[in-house]
Amino acid sequence: MLYALCFLLFMIGLYCAVVKKNMVKIVIGIMVMEYAVNLLLIMLGYRLGGTAPILGGADADGVTKVVAAQFLATVVDPLPQALVLTSIVISLGSLALMISICIRTYAKYGTFDITEIRRLRG
Amino acid sequence: MSAPLPVFVAIPLVTAFVLPALGARFKSLATFLANLATIALLVLAVMSVGHPQVYQVGAWSIPLGINLVLDGLSSLMLLAVAVVSAAAMLFSVRYTEQYTAKTKYLSLFLLMVAGMNGVVLSGDIFNLYVFLEIASIASYALVGFGCEHEELEASFKYMVLGSIASAFILFGIALVYGNTGSLNMAYIAKAIQELGMNPGLAFALSLFVAGFGLKAALVPFHAWLPDAHPSAPAPISAMLSGVLIKALGVYALSRLIFNVFGVSVPVSWVLIALGVLSMVIGVFLAVGQWDFKRLLAYHSISQMGYVVLGIGIGALILARQGNPLWASLAILGGLFHLANHAVFKSLLFLTSGSVEMATGTRQLKQMGGLIERMPYTRASCAIASAAIAGVPPFNGFWSKMILVVAAVQARLYVLAAVTVLVSLVTLLSFLKVQRYVFLGELPESLQNTRENKGSMLWAMAFLAALCLFMSLLVLVPSLRNLILQPAVDTLLAGVGYSATIVKL
Repeated sequence: MLYALCFLLFMIGLYCAVVKKNMVKIVIGIMVMEYAVNLLLIMLGYRLGGTAPILGGADADGVTKVVAAQFLATVVDPLPQALVLTSIVISLGSLALMISICIRTYAKYGTFDITEIRRLRG
Repeated sequence: MSAPLPVFVAIPLVTAFVLPALGARFKSLATFLANLATIALLVLAVMSVGHPQVYQVGAWSIPLGINLVLDGLSSLMLLAVAVVSAAAMLFSVRYTEQYTAKTKYLSLFLLMVAGMNGVVLSGDIFNLYVFLEIASIASYALVGFGCEHEELEASFKYMVLGSIASAFILFGIALVYGNTGSLNMAYIAKAIQELGMNPGLAFALSLFVAGFGLKAALVPFHAWLPDAHPSAPAPISAMLSGVLIKALGVYALSRLIFNVFGVSVPVSWVLIALGVLSMVIGVFLAVGQWDFKRLLAYHSISQMGYVVLGIGIGALILARQGNPLWASLAILGGLFHLANHAVFKSLLFLTSGSVEMATGTRQLKQMGGLIERMPYTRASCAIASAAIAGVPPFNGFWSKMILVVAAVQARLYVLAAVTVLVSLVTLLSFLKVQRYVFLGELPESLQNTRENKGSMLWAMAFLAALCLFMSLLVLVPSLRNLILQPAVDTLLAGVGYSATIVKL
């Protein structure tokens, strides 16, 4: 169910990027798509009532196996979080480039409307 | 002996970050360093041929850590990237004198090379995505490098479609991770073998086809390519058309379909359909073009169609449990055409850059009679045109012939006929290029045109020589068994790939 909502958010972003005429709105649409994917990744690893995936030295002594099994049963999957961090950094980079291209284009054409920015065709 | 795999990413990446620090004052030193880096990569790529290996990054064992894999297919792609980037970098030495921020250009160029090398070496699906984004973002910036009206517009268009493609790919990766619990390609392949396909994985596969199809500019997804490739500086057009769409699009797609998901009949038909559409629509759009580089860009779409068609026919034969020999032939045709296209299309873009630099225009109608003024450019352009059109002694002929034979063997006679027809139309449109650019009357305005000298000529001569001699790669059995056959075998092995990696 929640995954379907994620997909809905993704489609809203895609709709915005495809249909809107304003360059800045297109950029916003793309970012909505990327954050929908990030949300999906986070949800894949989340566990209701889970604990942070940090195994301290103190937890390991004593009956190690029991602690480890309990740890695995309650812990949140840390891998998607690492993926999302990477993906946020990447989308930050591409967002910065996209916005700077928008600014340069505005300086050249004097508009953000993509229907008026049409020198290339064919 | 062969170098450790991270070197292929580390050399261009480190050089890319050192160059901007040199600034405008040490421009010639920066150019020298950049050329040194690409030539070193070429040498290392040649040395690594025939030495498959798996490298575990940070010495973490495979399911925990990231691995880099050099197998036959990666080796072929690595070689293609290295050859084209060395030639394009050599060409840039003189060509980019017209730009003010040359060190930044060189730095972005090397970042793109680092990204592509990473994509072809990565054995981890998320790592592949990260490198893909490095290469893509560098290429968005390079397309808009001139900062004029058309370039910014093309760059924005490319960037929007490229980012949507990346979002699709990341969505697919998230679904794959959710369904198989692994990001390592070998482990994903194993998990898919055990679980079988489920709707989530099928949806992920379709997202990958759309995402990598957008990156490869296959026909329903091709809208950005004819704008983006002509707008970039000529050496960058050569890189984009020559290797970027292959490394990011076709390589990644065939790696995932063959080695991770496993071939099936519907997916092979999707590949064949994409290939045929790209071939036919690309070539007919190209014939009507009057902008030199735009014409070449449409031909890139069409030629990529050949590659995908070959791979698709191979997948179809494999999925139907047909004779693996014919599947191997079809894939050989596709991959050989991929390597050939990397060489002759980058040569064509370099000659177009040479013509543009000498005459200041890209419009075919404003040129003519350059045969006397630019004999060397003319000669290399003629060789590349003959190669792309499939005229016998050149490399393009052999790969197209293999594709036609494979299509006939798969009993897809219509496809074989279409392949030949598209080849004829390609010949027609390159006769047009020869006629309008190099033959005919020399216009008044171009009386003072001079041939470009130095590094630009060397770069073109290098690629033209390759166009002549690359047919040896299939004709001489020992060379074929060294370079092309391992690449074909990698794809033929299918999901057996996982066993190879885990054992190694």
